[in-house]
Amino acid sequence: MGSNMAENHPVGFQWVMEAKRRGARIIHIDPRFSRTSAMAHDHVPLRAGSDIAFLGALINYAITNDRCFREYVCAYTNAITIVSDDFRDTEDLDGLFSGFESESCKYALGSWQYKGFEAGAAAGHRELIGEQAHGAHGGHLAHGDPPYVDHTLEDPRCVFQILKRHFSRYTPEMVEEVCGVPRERFLEVAEAVCDNSGRERTTAFVYSVGWTQHTVGVQYIRAASILQLLLGNIGRPGGGILALRGHASIQGSTDIPTLFNILPGYLPMPSAGSEDDLADWIQLSSPPTGYWGHAGDYMTSLLKAWWGPVATEDNDYCFDYLPRIDSDHSAYAALLRMDAAEVEGYLVMGENPVVGAANGKLWRKALGKLKWLVVRDLVEVETASFWRDQPDCQTEVFLLPAASHVEKSGSFTNTQRLLQWHHQAIEPPGDCRSELWFMYHLGRRVRERLRDSDDPKDRPVLDLTWEYPTEGPSADPSAEAVLREISGYRIADGTALDAYQQLADDGSTACGCWIYCGVYANDENQAARRRPGSEQTWVAPDWGWAWPLNRRILYNRASADPSGRPWSERKRYVWWDDADGKWTGEDVPDFVADKAPDYDPPEDAQAEKALRGDEPFIMQADGRAWLYAPSGLVDGPMPTHYEPQESPIDNLLYGQQSNPARRQRARADNAYHRVGDERFPFVFTTYRLTEHHTAGGMSRWLPYLSELQPEFFVEVSPALAALRGLRHREWATVSTLRAEVEARVLVTERITPLRVSDREIHQIGLPYHWGENGLARGDSANDLLSLALDPNVQIGEYKAATCDIRPGRRPR
Amino acid sequence: MSVEVRTYHGRQVLKTPVWTPEVPWYFFVGGMAGAAAPLALGAGMSGRPALARRAWLLALAGVGISPVLLISDLGRPERFHNMLRVFKVTSPMSVGSWALAGFGTATAIAVGGELLGLPGGAAAKPVAAALGPVVSTYTAALIADTAIPVWHEARTELPFLFAATSAASAGAALTLVTPAEEAGPARRLAFAGSAAALALLETMERRLGPLGEPYREGDAGRFGKAAKALIGAGALGLGTLGRKSRAVAAASAAAVLAGAALERWSVFRAGFQSAEDPKYVVGPQRERVAARGA
Amino acid sequence: MSAQQRMGFFTDTSVCIGCKACEVACKEWNDVPEDGLEFTGQSYDNTGELGASTWRHVAFVEQGSADDMDFRWLMSSDVCKHCTSAACLEVCPTGALFRTEFGTVVVQPDVCNGCGYCVAACPFGVIDRREEDGRAWKCTLCYDRLKDGLEPACAKACPTDSIQFGELEDLRVRAQGRVEELQADGVAEARLYGDDPSDGVGGFGAFFLLLDDPEVYGLPPDPVSTTRDLPDLWKHTALAAGALVAGVAAALVGRSR
Ligand SMILES: Nc1nc2c(c(=O)[nH]1)N[C@H]1C(S)=C(S)[C@@H](COP(=O)(O)OP(=O)(O)OC[C@H]3O[C@@H](n4cnc5c(=O)[nH]c(N)nc54)[C@H](O)[C@@H]3O)O[C@H]1N2
Ligand SMILES: Nc1nc2c(c(=O)[nH]1)N[C@H]1C(S)=C(S)[C@@H](COP(=O)(O)OP(=O)(O)OC[C@H]3O[C@@H](n4cnc5c(=O)[nH]c(N)nc54)[C@H](O)[C@@H]3O)O[C@H]1N2
Ligand code: SF4
Ligand code: SF4
Ligand code: SF4
Ligand code: SF4
Ligand code: SF4
Ligand SMILES: [Mo]
Repeated sequence: MGSNMAENHPVGFQWVMEAKRRGARIIHIDPRFSRTSAMAHDHVPLRAGSDIAFLGALINYAITNDRCFREYVCAYTNAITIVSDDFRDTEDLDGLFSGFESESCKYALGSWQYKGFEAGAAAGHRELIGEQAHGAHGGHLAHGDPPYVDHTLEDPRCVFQILKRHFSRYTPEMVEEVCGVPRERFLEVAEAVCDNSGRERTTAFVYSVGWTQHTVGVQYIRAASILQLLLGNIGRPGGGILALRGHASIQGSTDIPTLFNILPGYLPMPSAGSEDDLADWIQLSSPPTGYWGHAGDYMTSLLKAWWGPVATEDNDYCFDYLPRIDSDHSAYAALLRMDAAEVEGYLVMGENPVVGAANGKLWRKALGKLKWLVVRDLVEVETASFWRDQPDCQTEVFLLPAASHVEKSGSFTNTQRLLQWHHQAIEPPGDCRSELWFMYHLGRRVRERLRDSDDPKDRPVLDLTWEYPTEGPSADPSAEAVLREISGYRIADGTALDAYQQLADDGSTACGCWIYCGVYANDENQAARRRPGSEQTWVAPDWGWAWPLNRRILYNRASADPSGRPWSERKRYVWWDDADGKWTGEDVPDFVADKAPDYDPPEDAQAEKALRGDEPFIMQADGRAWLYAPSGLVDGPMPTHYEPQESPIDNLLYGQQSNPARRQRARADNAYHRVGDERFPFVFTTYRLTEHHTAGGMSRWLPYLSELQPEFFVEVSPALAALRGLRHREWATVSTLRAEVEARVLVTERITPLRVSDREIHQIGLPYHWGENGLARGDSANDLLSLALDPNVQIGEYKAATCDIRPGRRPR
Repeated sequence: MSVEVRTYHGRQVLKTPVWTPEVPWYFFVGGMAGAAAPLALGAGMSGRPALARRAWLLALAGVGISPVLLISDLGRPERFHNMLRVFKVTSPMSVGSWALAGFGTATAIAVGGELLGLPGGAAAKPVAAALGPVVSTYTAALIADTAIPVWHEARTELPFLFAATSAASAGAALTLVTPAEEAGPARRLAFAGSAAALALLETMERRLGPLGEPYREGDAGRFGKAAKALIGAGALGLGTLGRKSRAVAAASAAAVLAGAALERWSVFRAGFQSAEDPKYVVGPQRERVAARGA
Repeated sequence: MSAQQRMGFFTDTSVCIGCKACEVACKEWNDVPEDGLEFTGQSYDNTGELGASTWRHVAFVEQGSADDMDFRWLMSSDVCKHCTSAACLEVCPTGALFRTEFGTVVVQPDVCNGCGYCVAACPFGVIDRREEDGRAWKCTLCYDRLKDGLEPACAKACPTDSIQFGELEDLRVRAQGRVEELQADGVAEARLYGDDPSDGVGGFGAFFLLLDDPEVYGLPPDPVSTTRDLPDLWKHTALAAGALVAGVAAALVGRSR
């Protein structure tokens, strides 16, 4: 659902084909019939932006038909937990949760807490800027359990009952009305999913940006998590919610982030005002129970990796050197500042926002207000050439050629958290340089410049550990040396660390990213291991290295029952070996190796030691998976169907139309369409094609790819073509209040109008790869879109909006 | 062809031949030269020196132009000699290339003997006369030995048709240039060739059934219709008044010549047309499969 | 006798996901030029067909209407069939086309003079002359890679093993098993195409599993190697040449001069 895996992850899709060969049933739920649908047993078209209604109905189906894996749910999820008396559900408030502040359009999160935690639940400031905090803060969990629980799941204030009520209106009839999926088709899917879940069988969900790119995107994934937990499909082989990620190492660039609000290993970036010293940070980021209880070890080791000998206990390990967040600095926030001429310079490294980000026109305008712009890319992408169409543009643009992945060594972290090393094949041509080279030598030269500075603000730069061996004709820093630093070492003797459990908060260890600790264990690059699958077990632990500690399935303790025995022989994965007194199995157990299933923590236990032997979700403060999220999300503890920012219909489930906490910015150059605006009657969605890559920098310049999809096109159903007089292969103009773009018409049966809310809704499909440079040129679909963002992660709503379409070319 | 066939987006199954207009011209010129040689030999032997001389010259001219046409049709003309790198009976083009080379050489020597009294003429003449008809007809084998439906399926008639049109054109050309007193055989050859060609065309199209359609449509149809009219009129002229009137004979011969050239063009174009429409490829094959199934 | 077995392809189109990796890998490995940037509107196929500069071609067929649940999107990667009785090779007058020790059919670009005979002879419309270059080109079954013990680039790149490379004998057995498996799974329309050594081209060196009639994918349903009829054709040609001689003789017999 929300993934076009065959087209966008074709290499990974071989395993879906393998599963199909072995009898798995493949169901594809997507607005369009794509190459993935062609391979699936069933394709269920639904209206873009309506998945929570569908998933909610699956949840409701599982609960009301008693299809949950009850033992799993009771033992491993927070279904039993009693929630604060102050909490009010969308059922009570017509689509809002308690705590909504209409002034700021934000939620105060206190009332969502577990009962007994309300008092101290003040971790909200993090969420306000869209940052995830860890664990349920503000109260101590005894024995890893919240104070009020009901193991019978009968208490009306327990999570299970709240969940049941919350999703009770998500019926098959509602699915038909909202999603445009006939109820029989929905029921087929519901039956298939439930039949294939439980002790003996597991069902996997695969999603990708068809789910995330919505103003309520994070909650799509939450909805799937809830369903999978109810069905017992998490932590077990063949289960899970598989996020198929984007660029080759986009997972790596979240683990070791290029984001403004997290530090490596998902450590929260400290906030201005409230986290003056390390102790404050630990207080807020490190709940006393669960593995986040060691956040102090991780942070101290990170600071030691960055500032080495300068970081000492006396100076709080240079915690002060870290920047503090004062407001939203995500890409779109930066864009608006740029447009307000508040940004002087901008570095774009391996990105092409003029084509790849929503509202391309606004991007071009805003970039033109910069004093300088640096673009590091393989080709002259549109972001580097936008000024050519702006005669008065004063922006000085530097286009620096980058070395491609074959011209440098390094690791890719894939969707499965697997690090795979790639070796340099050839030297980069001409002036092309790797990112490592650029950052290292830039840092070196900046430090050179500042050498004699006594300005305290330069200290963080001057005190950085910045010594790396270089190699090759261009003096490229050694990527392996960097990986080793990321993996961690002992300060005393420099020996490599093997596991994150070795990290300490006393300055004796350095580690650039705690979850990657051990990727250089035994002083060997574990990511470079390549034993063929045929020479090892089916889990293939000797291929590459997966974080953490080479575990291939997270929370795999859940593959065994509370007493440590596999739920079923067929699905056995990790289990307790009584004789040896430890966990064993196919994978590295994601649990304390010798913690017995009947372990009961002493009263004063901390961190993971405070979790019981039958609590598999070791990163959570209560050791349980959350059906209901008392914290961590800014737009609700449970997913709720909201209409996209732009929708042809009213929300049929609640009075509240769209996600109340979504980020929007209504202004002339980012105008939105009202619900049912006659001028923009059609739904459109944007997506990818196998033949191109994202904003096109890596495909539109290549003849072998350009010839495969040479022109921007729009996919329409025969019915819409007839309605609007669109002719196959000829031009059409698609318009929104933001822009008009022209594209070739591809009339295809693969797009179907849907009956939604008693109306025929036409959907239009637009691949978004084109721009004006390169070999295969065309308008950019992103010019049509507006900025309307999910409040948790600031992702844009690329997947559902409204538009009009007319035959002919756009006016010039 | 009325049968509906399933296709891939209506696209053609076969490739359109890459052969250029030089090719039908070669068929015409080479065919004429090939038929001229035995006539030349016979005329010499039967005491018609004027006819013999002209026929040898016609053969020489034809065999001189032919390689120019053939080479310029090649994608890599500078490599034309690779044609003689091997000899393959499975390749009519290979056989033809050798035949043409032999015929050219023999004709040149024959003409040297005939006109300049150079040695070898006597021995070369029968060789040329024997190879000439091969050159006239192998081109039919060449195009029939392809996947092009209207060529391949016409393989029983095409060699005879090419023989007939070669005879008609050689006869017609020599009728034009030979003094009336010796032109009789040429006229008769033109007449007989024309008549045979018309009859063969009729049989061929009839036997091809639905596949005869490309011969009647498009360029092929237009050329074919004109060819039949010209050959028919020419034959009529040659068979009647032409026997008496020099002018009528000349006009009729010119008509036959033009008709013979157009006939090559018609066959050539029909091949292209049948390759470009998948129904001519798929239809007959489907019928075959159905017949086998029945 | 060399121990080298005849090598070939079994392309199982039932698992082809239409990713075109085979097309791209082939071009990369063999340095085949770009073949035009044309938006055809023929589903997702902008390549169109095999040709001098396209040696792998993925066909896309949309069938049925969205309203019926049996809507199908067929994908199939086409290639030179490396026919047992390869018309292209047999008619080639220069010997540029030859059969390799792997039983495959390959053009030697340094010999081909661009006569174009192979183009008209191939019953599948595979081989073609590259206009800018003047010579005929087609899949070599990666002759260079085979000689180095590597599998062909397209097969290597295919993520789902739709393209399977191996000894032809083995492939035929495997393919038979696959058809039976699919049919048992209710895919009654699954069939092999080109696996039969008694067909018009003596069996393909690269054969297919299809889910519909061959012509739906742009393939001829009953291909015949034209040279099968060559003996007959030569006979007719000889007779025709004889008839020509006879005709000339008859013309000479007349009274008048
Ligand atoms: N060939 C190729 N591969 C790629 C990329 C590429 O550009 N080209 N990009 C890479 C990157 S960066 C990423 S993030 C991934 C993305 O991989 P995917 O998420 O698979 O990419 P998309 O094609 O954008 O969207 C997937 C599907 O979501 C559907 N969709 C749209 N709206 C909705 C909705 O509301 N609900 C549901 N259920 N489905 C919806 C679309 O029709 C589309 O088929 O792919 C990666 N892989
Ligand atoms: N409408 C719409 N918009 C979308 C999406 C959508 O589905 N619909 N998807 C969104 C998603 S998921 C993504 S990920 C973005 C992608 O959007 P962008 O990231 O803006 O697009 P890319 O084309 O992937 O840009 C990557 C650039 O990096 C360059 N590059 C490659 N390797 C290197 C290298 O080693 N070094 C450097 N310096 N440069 C390199 C490439 O040439 C390319 O130009 O688009 C987003 N925008
Ligand atoms: S490009 Fe990389 S990530 Fe994408 S499908 Fe291929 S192997 Fe997977
Ligand atoms: S498919 Fe065509 S090109 Fe390939 S071997 Fe057969 S006849 Fe030759
Ligand atoms: S074009 Fe080249 S390969 Fe084809 S038949 Fe002629 S010489 Fe042989
Ligand atoms: S075998 Fe080689 S030459 Fe033939 S299609 Fe595959 S990659 Fe291309
Ligand atoms: S690489 Fe394989 S799956 Fe992809 S299009 Fe080619 S044959 Fe199909
Ligand atoms: Mo992405």
